[in-house]
Amino acid sequence: MTTKVLAVLLAISAGAALAAPMSVQVRNCRVRATPSQLGSTVATVDYGAVLQAGELQNGWYPVTTADGKTGWVHQSALSKKPIAMRAGTSDVATGASSDEVALAGKGFNEQVESKLRKEGKLDYTWVDRMSAINVGGDKIAQFRTQGHLPGGAK
Amino acid sequence: MSRRHDWKLCVLVSGAVLVSGLVAAAVFSGCSEVSEAGAGIAQAAGVITPDQAKSITRSAKAVEKTWQDLTPEQEYYIGRAVAAQVLQTYPPLDRPQANEYLNLLGQSLAIFSDRPETFGGYHFLLLDSDEINAFAAPGGLILVSRGMIRCCQNEDELAAVLAHEIAHVEKKHGLSAIKQGRLTSAFTIVASESAKQMGGEELASLTREFEGSVGDVVMTLTTSGYSRKQEAAADAAAVKILRRAGYPETAMLTMLERMDQRLANAGGLGFAKTHPSAKERADAVRAIIQGATPASEPARQQRFAAAMQPVTAGK
Repeated sequence: MTTKVLAVLLAISAGAALAAPMSVQVRNCRVRATPSQLGSTVATVDYGAVLQAGELQNGWYPVTTADGKTGWVHQSALSKKPIAMRAGTSDVATGASSDEVALAGKGFNEQVESKLRKEGKLDYTWVDRMSAINVGGDKIAQFRTQGHLPGGAK
Repeated sequence: MSRRHDWKLCVLVSGAVLVSGLVAAAVFSGCSEVSEAGAGIAQAAGVITPDQAKSITRSAKAVEKTWQDLTPEQEYYIGRAVAAQVLQTYPPLDRPQANEYLNLLGQSLAIFSDRPETFGGYHFLLLDSDEINAFAAPGGLILVSRGMIRCCQNEDELAAVLAHEIAHVEKKHGLSAIKQGRLTSAFTIVASESAKQMGGEELASLTREFEGSVGDVVMTLTTSGYSRKQEAAADAAAVKILRRAGYPETAMLTMLERMDQRLANAGGLGFAKTHPSAKERADAVRAIIQGATPASEPARQQRFAAAMQPVTAGK
């Protein structure tokens, strides 16, 4: 019994020190220089990309990208489940979680949306237009400075 | 729907369990727990083929899944359809400058939520409606009516409104409105072997479940409303977002107090229909906010007026 507990404790402490693979579960993921959404961008990684993540700290993982860049990614952008892309395509819309029963890739996805569009059931014109409004990090920083908002409080 | 699938599985599994005399296990463990073991036993006993056993195991895992198992990508597609459907009832307000300002403010708040990253990001749009209302579609598509803008006297109060909507996205309240039966059916369709290459029939079934799910969310957003508990959680999370972003938390309170007055005049339409009374919310918020009400920051006041005056002055 004691040996078992020791083994578990050892495993936990070893796990804390080692990096574990995590998948990007959002369309565009920015790796930041500091653990802040206002931190400068070190790298941009796509949906499904695998990052080596260290120990979670206040909602942020220290990560290393496939090409060796290091930085921080917020936990909401990462999943422990691997995300497999359909062979021969890098289109995010066809991404399928390798968790076999997930809906991704063959569930509630672009295919379903296309069917609804084709049948003329829903008009996505303004959904597309509003989705295209991207103000970007620089503009947000400027907006905050102009508005005399204290910088980056946790 | 879920009943039907659960029942079907239970029958299959129970058959398998009977073969090896494990009826007691089935009774005490519940259907899902024995499903995997049952499938294995049934296969060993030659009752079903290995493929069928695999399929049962997969389906059993599928029916255990809930809205919390929807991935950000699936949430994104549901949210897009929800927003498209809400926009059929509430037309958009085509004012690029005002919408740009709304997005600057909204996105500068979203980065301070506990969930700053969603699949497609947070995006905001004004609605050409005098009704006092705001909607948060899953994944971060947030719609705010002209009537709601009129309830806000300054940027800080509009920040409070947007933070509340961001909080609904953060907590996935929209997805929680989807009836479990639809998800069970959808997960089961996908889990089935035949859906490996999704054919027309599976796509049609999935699309039906998708439309139903979208309908559940839209119904909650526009008609039935979230639970009081969810609204209180969204208010508390909104206060946290305001605090982190540097906006006075008291803006939440002043906004709610004004909304309470206006809603009383509006005769229970819009937001009043789907939210607990603004007074009740204000009382709860008063207990959690910190700090005094600072004088409105002139720079923020100015840009708010510049962007929103054409909107509030509209019909």
